[in-house]
Amino acid sequence: MKIHNTRGGRIFDAANYLFLSLIGIVTLLPFVYVFAGSFATEAEITRRAFFVWPEQFTLGSYEYIFATPAFVRALVTTILVTAVGTMVQLAFTVTMAYPLAKKSLRGRNVILSLVVFAMVFSGGMIPTFLLVKDLGLLNSYWALILPAAINPFSLIIIKNFFQELPAELEESAKMDGATEIGILWRILLPLSKPVLATFALFYAVGIWNDFMSPLLYLSDNSKWTLQMYLRQVTAASDLLGTGNVDPNYIPPEQGIKFAVIVVATLPILIFYPFLQKHFAKGMLIGSVKG
Amino acid sequence: MAAPVIDTLAGERAGKTPPAPRKGGRFSVHFAHYKWLYLLLVPGVVYFAVFRYAPMYGVSIAFKDYVPFLGVNGSPWVGVQNFTDFFANPDFPRLLGNTLILAFLNLGIAFPLTIVLALLLNEVRLSVLKRTVQTLVYIPHFLSWTIVASLSFLLFALDIGPLFQFLNNTMGTHIDFLSDPAWFRPLIVLQEIWKNTGWGTIIFLAALSTVDQDQYEAAIIDGAGRFRRVWHITLPAIRSTIIVMLILAIGQMLNTGFEQIYLMTNALNREVADVFDTYVYFVGITQGAYSYSTAVGLFKSVVGIVLIFGTNWLAKRFNQSGLF
Repeated sequence: MKIHNTRGGRIFDAANYLFLSLIGIVTLLPFVYVFAGSFATEAEITRRAFFVWPEQFTLGSYEYIFATPAFVRALVTTILVTAVGTMVQLAFTVTMAYPLAKKSLRGRNVILSLVVFAMVFSGGMIPTFLLVKDLGLLNSYWALILPAAINPFSLIIIKNFFQELPAELEESAKMDGATEIGILWRILLPLSKPVLATFALFYAVGIWNDFMSPLLYLSDNSKWTLQMYLRQVTAASDLLGTGNVDPNYIPPEQGIKFAVIVVATLPILIFYPFLQKHFAKGMLIGSVKG
Repeated sequence: MAAPVIDTLAGERAGKTPPAPRKGGRFSVHFAHYKWLYLLLVPGVVYFAVFRYAPMYGVSIAFKDYVPFLGVNGSPWVGVQNFTDFFANPDFPRLLGNTLILAFLNLGIAFPLTIVLALLLNEVRLSVLKRTVQTLVYIPHFLSWTIVASLSFLLFALDIGPLFQFLNNTMGTHIDFLSDPAWFRPLIVLQEIWKNTGWGTIIFLAALSTVDQDQYEAAIIDGAGRFRRVWHITLPAIRSTIIVMLILAIGQMLNTGFEQIYLMTNALNREVADVFDTYVYFVGITQGAYSYSTAVGLFKSVVGIVLIFGTNWLAKRFNQSGLF
């Protein structure tokens, strides 16, 4: 539709475009500053208030952090926990979603109601902590993966997706003598690759970003994940009055903080375009409505 | 049992799917037919039983004096002692105040800003600009609170932070944003706006995309300007979405976000920073008062449920479509 634009309308459009561009830039500025700062010298960071391009380019901060065993250990740990955790969580979610997609399965409605109830009400921090403790999972990486193994929202969306696949696919496979597990593995999973990839990404982002679980469950600081390490590096020493920080810790110089933030942010930014492609299609909207 | 077995074999010999057992038949027959599906269901059901429902049972320690070696079942009952202790504690009014102030600041500032941003984005007809701005403002949602807090520590740091230096150079002020209690709430709201306003527009933009375009044409013919069109067509069209999101936001009011508050809390701003979520952590995990902190957490969840049903009821009273 062509809208006849008045003079006032054109002024509004110009102001609106300018304003939104500014919003976009302001959103981005903290990253640009931190990214530029991670390649700048210590002197430049303290001297210049704000910059988006370093005067003198150096890799010193990165050389330092990658030579720090505690940082490398936290980074490798986080990558491994994220990779294993994503696969475990996806496996739990898919194996539960598939039987629940079968309307004729008895007990299905009871289980679905219990899943929905678990979305509304949870035991809370302390009972969950005591459970993890009683299971002997304190200071185990499984404590970062298992308590969040199935996200009820993801479960229901994947279940709905399976339900909407044409039933003929399964029927013809059954005629060829395939079991339900065979059908899931050889027919449904290949068909659902894009959907599963999206949920894998959401699970991965969740584990990568998780701060509360390592804070609660990993008291041994040799097991810390990247987010815990980041917290320790960037909180100014005089602010650390809230516990769970290594007392022998010496606060690092500015450039190192910048470099650690960049390393913790980069994977999210790399995968962001893939994430955006799917949530933009309204998948999440459907989950809110349905 | 004999009949279905023969039935199944006959089906396979004939190269056909064994017929699904009829509805209302014996469960053993049904189970034999769907055994693989029930097997697949096991890990998920065990997960929900152990990690979702066992902690719900564990909530019972809110009414007990939990002793670790006696366990949840063995610990003695104390009735509502933990709750009366909490309500009599001077921490209670302080926590309630801090939590509610943050909740109302978020509801009053961040929530309307989301709608405003969605409306402004909706007015953009230059699709390249619209998509670029959307891409940029969604990003912070995917970053961890640790990163948001770390960025804040750098930007607002005393002496060397860009904002400190800027204000110092232009106005000569020395503001210690990070430890001055007066700056705690503005920082929290600012972080919330930066992180989630963009993401929050998605649901409103989806609702805006369904608005009937003919109405705008009719309004233009009637001589309505840009703002009148937004006020009389666009806003009423997304009213139900706004109400649903508002109900959800009010239901979440007491969930101030543990990670965000915890990361921004320090020894100097505890007085204004402590909220229910972080209090449960400090008292429960670091001081080991498990029963007492569980009672605090339970109080918070119950109030949350009351709030969500209450606002839903109110929305219906005022003739709006509620959430359920």
